[in-house]
Amino acid sequence: MPPERPEGFIMAMIIIDGQEIEAEAGSMIIQAADKADIYIPRFCYHEKLSIAANCRMCLVEVEKAPKPLPACATPITDGMVIHTVSEQAVEAQQGTMEFLLINHPLDCPICDQGGECPLQDQALGYGGDVSRFSEGKRVVDDPDIGPLIETEMTRCIHCTRCVRFGQEVAGIMELGAIGRGEDMKIATVVGRTVDSEVSGNVIDLCPVGALTSKPYRFSARAWELASHDAISPHDCLGSNLNIQTAHDTVKRVLPRTNGHVNECWLSDRDRFSYEGVNSPDRLLQPLVRVGDRFEEVAWEVALQRAATALSDIGKAQGPGAIGALASPTATLEEFFLLQQLMRGLGSDNVDHRLRQRDFRDDSFTALFPGTELPIEQIQDAACVLLVGCHLRKELPLVALRVREMCRLGGQVAALNPMDYEQNFPLTEALVVAPSALPAALARIAMARVGQVEVSEELRQWAELIPDSEDFARTAKMLSDVEGEVVVVLGQIAAQHREASALRAIASWLAQHTGIRLAFLPEANGAAAWIAGCVPHRQANGDGVQEPGLNVSQMLSARLSAYLLFGLEPTMDLAATGNLVSALSDASFVLSFSAFRSAVPAQADVVFPLAPFTESAGTYVNCDGRAQSVEAAMDPRGMARPGWKILRVLGNYLALPGFDYITVDDVRSRVNLSLPEVVCRLEEGCPLPGAASKSVPWSVESQRFERVVDVPIYDVDPIVRRASSLQRTRDHSLATVHMNKEQLLALNVKAGDSVRVVADADEVRLTITPDDRVLGGCVYIPMGSAATAPLGGADYIALKVIR
Amino acid sequence: MFIRFIKTYFLWELLRGLALTGSRLFRRKFTVQYPDEKTPKSPRFRGLHALRRYPNGEERCIACKLCEAVCPAVAITIESEEREDSTRRTTRYDVDLFKCVYCGFCEEACPVDSIVLTDIHEFHFEGREGTVIDKAGLLAIGDRYESSIAAARERDAPYR
Repeated sequence: MPPERPEGFIMAMIIIDGQEIEAEAGSMIIQAADKADIYIPRFCYHEKLSIAANCRMCLVEVEKAPKPLPACATPITDGMVIHTVSEQAVEAQQGTMEFLLINHPLDCPICDQGGECPLQDQALGYGGDVSRFSEGKRVVDDPDIGPLIETEMTRCIHCTRCVRFGQEVAGIMELGAIGRGEDMKIATVVGRTVDSEVSGNVIDLCPVGALTSKPYRFSARAWELASHDAISPHDCLGSNLNIQTAHDTVKRVLPRTNGHVNECWLSDRDRFSYEGVNSPDRLLQPLVRVGDRFEEVAWEVALQRAATALSDIGKAQGPGAIGALASPTATLEEFFLLQQLMRGLGSDNVDHRLRQRDFRDDSFTALFPGTELPIEQIQDAACVLLVGCHLRKELPLVALRVREMCRLGGQVAALNPMDYEQNFPLTEALVVAPSALPAALARIAMARVGQVEVSEELRQWAELIPDSEDFARTAKMLSDVEGEVVVVLGQIAAQHREASALRAIASWLAQHTGIRLAFLPEANGAAAWIAGCVPHRQANGDGVQEPGLNVSQMLSARLSAYLLFGLEPTMDLAATGNLVSALSDASFVLSFSAFRSAVPAQADVVFPLAPFTESAGTYVNCDGRAQSVEAAMDPRGMARPGWKILRVLGNYLALPGFDYITVDDVRSRVNLSLPEVVCRLEEGCPLPGAASKSVPWSVESQRFERVVDVPIYDVDPIVRRASSLQRTRDHSLATVHMNKEQLLALNVKAGDSVRVVADADEVRLTITPDDRVLGGCVYIPMGSAATAPLGGADYIALKVIR
Repeated sequence: MFIRFIKTYFLWELLRGLALTGSRLFRRKFTVQYPDEKTPKSPRFRGLHALRRYPNGEERCIACKLCEAVCPAVAITIESEEREDSTRRTTRYDVDLFKCVYCGFCEEACPVDSIVLTDIHEFHFEGREGTVIDKAGLLAIGDRYESSIAAARERDAPYR
């Protein structure tokens, strides 16, 4: 990190290469030079990392100094005269370069960094043309550090940017430097891989070809790639991507610097998900069902068949018999057109909240869920309370900002159903059973608010669990800090059986204190709310006469026709079992899917959907920032962007208002000059009554409360098909996790198989010991094929297979 | 004026031309009876492309794509990946002979002397499909003419 700005900093006048520059006294020469566009060569200096001054490439001549000084570590004082291209400076830089090239291989043509390598560029500027080194060069083993990062450690110049990134930014020191001098090596702990969810950033940081991208390896050259702007659809941060394509394929994804959103970082999910887009599983032709198999047809045939079926069902059984479910990763335009299509047909049954189960507070919700404190201000907050939120895996880059907040003196408390490992220090880590989350939040809220009239329901909630010192301490922490306090309700809270109680309690807390709230939407969920892809509201928050059916109602109502937009029915819903039987009963199922294997067997017509790289669209992130992008490339095969398909389907159905020509025409129907985010529930929202206390666990009943979340690489169909991400450690979670005491009580051991029974469905999984899980609970994630039949069931029974 | 008159009316220029023709009539001829006879070629002659191999049979090309980048006619198309032995290799190396302007930049750019322009200039196409040579074709040319390619390079080496 750059050094802290001292209190009441003073400006100093310095001269760099004859140019008079006003700079902060105490800041480094290189920072002032960068601001004035004077280039000083560097390898180890990076503006987001601490200063190491170990590459010595930035040596400059400072008048009155006896020898050249490193520009990255020399603080500015008033009246300094600096020469970056004087004889002394250039000689020093050339000397440094000669030493760096002693051990660096000179085989740029086979190096993946070739063409975009600072060492290569600077060797051209500062390197000699003849080598004076005739001794043997150093050779270093290349450790396998995981499926995402390729190593060629002989190329390493020991700038330690990767080490500093792990230590300072990612918060997990996975790479370290061992040995000294020529024997210095960058390595992981013996046998370990680099598993951080932001590990891919070291690829960008490495100034040479020592750490490069494994999926991209040897597949293209920097100069032949075309760059396209894009927005990540996988989380609600909306990271800015630079998609690089060649020969009509996405070759790699790099971050696009945006200080308001992702700074210069990118999470691995955003960086490597493009492999899903390139997967051989892509659906490239419209399909219609003929008997019990699918047949490839022309677009006209598929559209006509879908339009006829939808209008027939609308006429015969009323439009209310049609329902639409959209994946939260769709674009604003797709959400808008989907709801316009449904409402044009006369049905309000449209929803995107696939994994949510509690919709009781729908009429009291704000325009869209989000963060009341803008993301860029999170590091300046004083305190964050995470409720049902595995922030590190949900929003990896926001977790980095929270970590920065901790570094600046902020405090974090977490109230989670299991003791998630975070990459920032937790002042309070409260772990309660999933069913006790609302009760624990109520305890904290009541302790924080103190002496006010408390409603009967809130008291009931709080009394579900005994009071403890922990809640009081957390509440005291919330009240004692000076500055912004944010209460974050993550995906575990949003998908909780009592999510509306959690939201209501958080809103009550916010109303009585100055606390800011953050209700994290899933992926592009904020856009779905604004575009009206919810049953109870039209676009721009306009009301409807009679709310339609939400996700769970649509599934239990057994409608006649379902439109599935971009989702994978077995893995993207909380109630997968219900969906499968609802689809079997339906007379018509229309699936929009980018992937062949994501099409449900019950589909009647399938439209090939272009994924985010091939579709223009708008993404609204959790602080209400609407970001529109063009398609990075033409759609593959006969796949088409969702907005075009929906627009034409509207024409086939002869619905009014479907005469859009461009994606901008669709976008202009939605008001994107959004107000400041306020996500708390409107006042007067009743708190639902306390759910009865859960049945305590016993060995006899073998019935467990299930901690359920969606692992980072299982969130949507694209990520699930990104082959390299699927080989990371974060993916191999689809087992039954329980703590060691429970293992003993059940008389099982790690690796044993158990049958997991939820309602009518059961799966066979193995057991993993995991002390993060409370007694009486097991942790089984959702979102993967292995656990798909369980859906989001929150009570399960285990039957040990002997 | 008078001299000009004489030269014009006594066909002076014509006779001078005829005298030159006449004087050459009995000298040694240097018309080359192509294709029975051929002129000698420079070792730098730039003809048909070839991909070379190392003496151990390993292909030289390392898929650095510098030839593709330098080609002014965009005649070279390369796709690459990591081979099983984790070396960098091409999976596709196409030269479009209709696009190629035979400038030889690809050979200049090649760090491993893999792509070369041989001295073969007698080739033809019998269909549009033959105008693009793929990697196998280029390697086959290289294998077949390796001795002459190597000899030409050796002859030229002192002047490089």
